[in-house]
Amino acid sequence: MCGIAGLIHKGKSSNVGSEMTAMLQALKHRGPDSTGYAVYGEATAGDYVMRIKVAEREDMDRGRGIVDVLASRIAEIESILDEHKAVVKSKEEATPYALRYVITHSGDTEELAKHIEEADGVEVLSMGNGLELIKDLGDAAEVADAYGLNNFSGTHAIGHTRMATESDVDIRSAHPYWAFPYNDVSVVHNGQITNYWIMRRQMERKGHRFMSNCDSELLAVYTADNLANGVELEESLTRSIQEIDGVFTYLVATKDQLGMAKDTMAAKPLVLYESDDLIAMASEEIAIRAILPQEIDTTDPYDEEVRVWQA
Amino acid sequence: MASLSDAELAAMTQEERVKELGLTTEPLFGRSLLIEFNPDEEERFTYPWAPDVYYNKHEEIETDGLTTTQLNNKLTALMEEGVGTITIKNPRGMHSVGVGILNRLKLVIDGSLGYFAVGLIDGPNVHIKGRVGWSCGENMMSGTVVIDKNAGSTFGAAIRGGDLVCRGSVGSRTGIDMKGGTILVGGDTGALSGFMMQRGRMVVCGNAGKNLGDSMYDGTIYVGGEIQSCGVDAVEEELTDLDKAWLTRKLQQYQMMPDKGVDHFKKIVSGKMLWNYDNLEPSEKKLIL
Repeated sequence: MCGIAGLIHKGKSSNVGSEMTAMLQALKHRGPDSTGYAVYGEATAGDYVMRIKVAEREDMDRGRGIVDVLASRIAEIESILDEHKAVVKSKEEATPYALRYVITHSGDTEELAKHIEEADGVEVLSMGNGLELIKDLGDAAEVADAYGLNNFSGTHAIGHTRMATESDVDIRSAHPYWAFPYNDVSVVHNGQITNYWIMRRQMERKGHRFMSNCDSELLAVYTADNLANGVELEESLTRSIQEIDGVFTYLVATKDQLGMAKDTMAAKPLVLYESDDLIAMASEEIAIRAILPQEIDTTDPYDEEVRVWQA
Repeated sequence: MASLSDAELAAMTQEERVKELGLTTEPLFGRSLLIEFNPDEEERFTYPWAPDVYYNKHEEIETDGLTTTQLNNKLTALMEEGVGTITIKNPRGMHSVGVGILNRLKLVIDGSLGYFAVGLIDGPNVHIKGRVGWSCGENMMSGTVVIDKNAGSTFGAAIRGGDLVCRGSVGSRTGIDMKGGTILVGGDTGALSGFMMQRGRMVVCGNAGKNLGDSMYDGTIYVGGEIQSCGVDAVEEELTDLDKAWLTRKLQQYQMMPDKGVDHFKKIVSGKMLWNYDNLEPSEKKLIL
């Protein structure tokens, strides 16, 4: 079933970490397997926040040897950063298998990310100026506590609670997906893509990388491909309704935008709240009420509806 | 029938074609229609175990800290105490509130509800002052539900009787599989509204999305605005004086009469060409579709 949520503050920052946690916790019943966030904080030119995963959580149960494996993977990552002349400004370990680096880098981030992912078991979850992508098993409260998201100031965020259906319960199949290599583009999705393998093969022939067998990853790759060809976000969302088969509602966030698209059958829910300074949306109204308890007016977007909002 | 060519069938009117193909045009009757057209009988209809309630006995329920089950149990307990008017304060989009009330009751929701609001009800009069999520009034059998704001998709799915009213706009697949009763929508409705409708009436004062009335077996859909497209076997029919009288009565009853009146409403019914569909030859199926 899965739950998705998004919010964007217009022209100001807010504690989007705790707001998104409240929304996702209210959607826990739609997907208890994993929870993910893409939060957008203050961007500093030339600095990138890299969220990286060096193992799956289940790998941590493989005995004492895993500690040495992780240490060697982290050393390899830092050696690659050094090789690309990326200066590490800070490094945090949210969990033994998930790290956050702030780096200064003037080179090609796609090259850097690809090189880092050559290390065994390593996945770059995001590398953005403003974007930080966090995902792990468990509900929103657990993930927010583990990753210190309850005090994350930013302009916008998207999030996801996952009920695994067509792929495994693991971090690589959790949402959001980073639209690699677009530094600040992320996607969450509720639905099923029925032409996944056809579209995936098309994207792979163009050289795009897939890290999982989750159909939602296709939407991130598809968006990245469109952006690479100069397509605006709104046009990409509109095209997706015709080119991607299935039932889906998905959200895309960029450095300063939040967009949504709903399939031709309107089979997957989304409730939308719009005011002058805040846009909030979620699979169920109960999630919006978690941050806006007062009486508000909400609407359901219709089939084939595409919307984009500016921060 | 077999001796008729495709060209001959194509040249016929729909009514002639239906007759030649051995299909039926007889109208359907059922319990839901009797309830709809006999308000006296509806008033008298009560379950033997239903408690006596008194509308002048009023209680309020604060939802803070209550789960859906606790809230619904509290509703049942209050009705058993004879409380006939209950106000639920501040529900903040809770799901499945007021489901399965088989009793006379005036229920006021002072706020908005989530999914499956007041589904499977038989008898209560419900006023929701906010909006509702998906599947409001699903399978309701009698009573009235009035929503002041918007509603989500599958509004009134499989409704069998009663009046389900949304003053705002509703999502997609409104009245899917409805088997009786009336759905009134003050604003617009989304795609596939009236999909596989079997009986009852749906009134949409605004616009309707694509594939309206797709594969409907029977029933009637009235649309005051634009119809993006009709679905398979949904056809427009002329609005009769009886239709206008009924629309006027229903819309006035809920203070939803458009400024333009009812003459501009379009009437969509089943073409009934999909009846006995499985008995048709492939060439005949092609002709119908």
